[in-house]
Amino acid sequence: MHPAPSVILFSTLSGMGFGLLAWLGIAQPAVFGTTAFGYYFLAYALAVGGLLASTFHLGNAKNAIKAFSQWKTSWLSREAWISVLALIVMGLYASGEIFLNTSYVLLGYLGAALSLTTVFTTSMIYAQLKTVPRWNHPTTTLLFLLYAVSGGALLSGHATLAAVLLLLTGAVQLFSWGMADGRFAARGSTIETATGLGFMGKVRQFEPPHTGTNYLLHEMVYVVGRKHARTLRVLAIVAGSIVPALLIATWRTSLVVLALAAVVHLLGLLAQRWLFFAEAEHVVGLYYDKR
Amino acid sequence: MTELPQSTERSLGLVIDLDTCVGCHACVISCKGWNTENYGVPLSDIDAYGGDPHGTFLNRVHAYEVQPRDGGPAQTVHFPKSCLHCEDAPCVTVCPTGASYKRVEDGIVLVNEDACMGCGLCAWACPYGARELDQLAGVMKKCTLCVDRIYNENLPEEDRIPSCVRTCPAGARHFGDLSDPESDVSKLVAERGGMDLMPEQGTRPVNKYLPPRPRDREDTIDILAPFLDPVIEEPTGFLGWLDKALGAVSGANTDKKGAS
Ligand code: SF4
Ligand code: SF4
Ligand code: SF4
Repeated sequence: MHPAPSVILFSTLSGMGFGLLAWLGIAQPAVFGTTAFGYYFLAYALAVGGLLASTFHLGNAKNAIKAFSQWKTSWLSREAWISVLALIVMGLYASGEIFLNTSYVLLGYLGAALSLTTVFTTSMIYAQLKTVPRWNHPTTTLLFLLYAVSGGALLSGHATLAAVLLLLTGAVQLFSWGMADGRFAARGSTIETATGLGFMGKVRQFEPPHTGTNYLLHEMVYVVGRKHARTLRVLAIVAGSIVPALLIATWRTSLVVLALAAVVHLLGLLAQRWLFFAEAEHVVGLYYDKR
Repeated sequence: MTELPQSTERSLGLVIDLDTCVGCHACVISCKGWNTENYGVPLSDIDAYGGDPHGTFLNRVHAYEVQPRDGGPAQTVHFPKSCLHCEDAPCVTVCPTGASYKRVEDGIVLVNEDACMGCGLCAWACPYGARELDQLAGVMKKCTLCVDRIYNENLPEEDRIPSCVRTCPAGARHFGDLSDPESDVSKLVAERGGMDLMPEQGTRPVNKYLPPRPRDREDTIDILAPFLDPVIEEPTGFLGWLDKALGAVSGANTDKKGAS
């Protein structure tokens, strides 16, 4: 799948933002006044910034408001609803903490639940697709949630907890790469099942249907750049988990180190998300004898 | 609207004969023509007269080579592909705006371009590559089963079939109601063993493909063949010299032309 920068930015930034909101919602940390303003500003900048970035990959953004209409069947529509609800509920909760020095505990828990549900709905947009076997698995959802929760823990300054969560996320990531690599083959779609010609023999492409490129090849048969996969996997684990975990575990109170750890983590997360798309093979590639 | 209907009154679709298709791409062109002038925004082309032309098509013809496992001669199969108007269309249920829908009356899967936001998720959900986001208009395009022809009373009766079916010079595309076991297309499917593409995806396509018939095999070449003279003989002697000399002269001429 084509690793579009807008989609990568959307899912990484908003994931971190909603992760931070979830921690703030359960009063971890409990913050008030201007401190609270600082935290919420960061969380909203990430969450809303990410959502805005996602509109850049729409071909016809003027109809984006209609995305609220199909929540009965569409995960993308559900994401639209839940994200807006999460932002509203957490906005009310944040106003209490910032202006009234009061935590409305129940509101906070509701907001935290909605924030994580937003990440869940985002993950389901990918995990639901049978056409992309690498994504079509519960580990996709698990990882989206883990990245959000560990990134949020990092941003909210939970040194020990964040270090543990970051390492856990890295371990699950390694495990899920191992599982995902064979999934396309295991699902059994081949050029023979795609064409139905397997009963006659071994099928190969003789001529493509068009000499130039097209939307399908550009969007779904993204094969360039996979050769960097190994390096990027190492980067995703080292920068995404190990380095930030070590940084905050060692200098647990320094704000500068915390900021540095967050930036390094984001770098690793971007590598992870780029791979998430670039390594994902869509079954339509079979019609082009490519994967 | 993106909830799929429990059942449809009819299941209109295409039956494509892989035995007869000659790979002429006439259906590709007639589809592009009809659908650029009629339903929805035109199918755009990018860099149409430049070095890297590409554009939106609703129907494309692949070509495959099949090598029999027993080592016989390979066979070329031309393979037209457009939307299969699936019963369990995953492209419809993922659509967040309600732009994609499957019609109850005839099972046609359509995009309402006035509602589409161009997110491309439906194209990701389709296993067959039947949906393309138009690069100029930014809305999703797909085969409409020529819904603006098949019910169009302004057209003469014989033209009230999809453009690709009407155009195919080999009669490789058939149109009809696949839910009616008595229809011509259903009979054709039963008779020829019509098949689904990628059945493991669980989409239950309406369109069916008729497999190529087994080719005649000539296992022994004519017993007299070894005694036949080769048709082309390299000239020898004077003629051979003349041939070489003339070849050199014309070669030199070409070089001169190239230089000027
Ligand atoms: S072929 Fe693709 S676009 Fe057409 S109905 Fe099936 S899934 Fe949808
Ligand atoms: S591109 Fe249009 S039709 Fe397809 S899922 Fe998005 S809004 Fe629906
Ligand atoms: S039915 Fe119409 S829209 Fe569909 S492939 Fe044929 S010509 Fe194109």
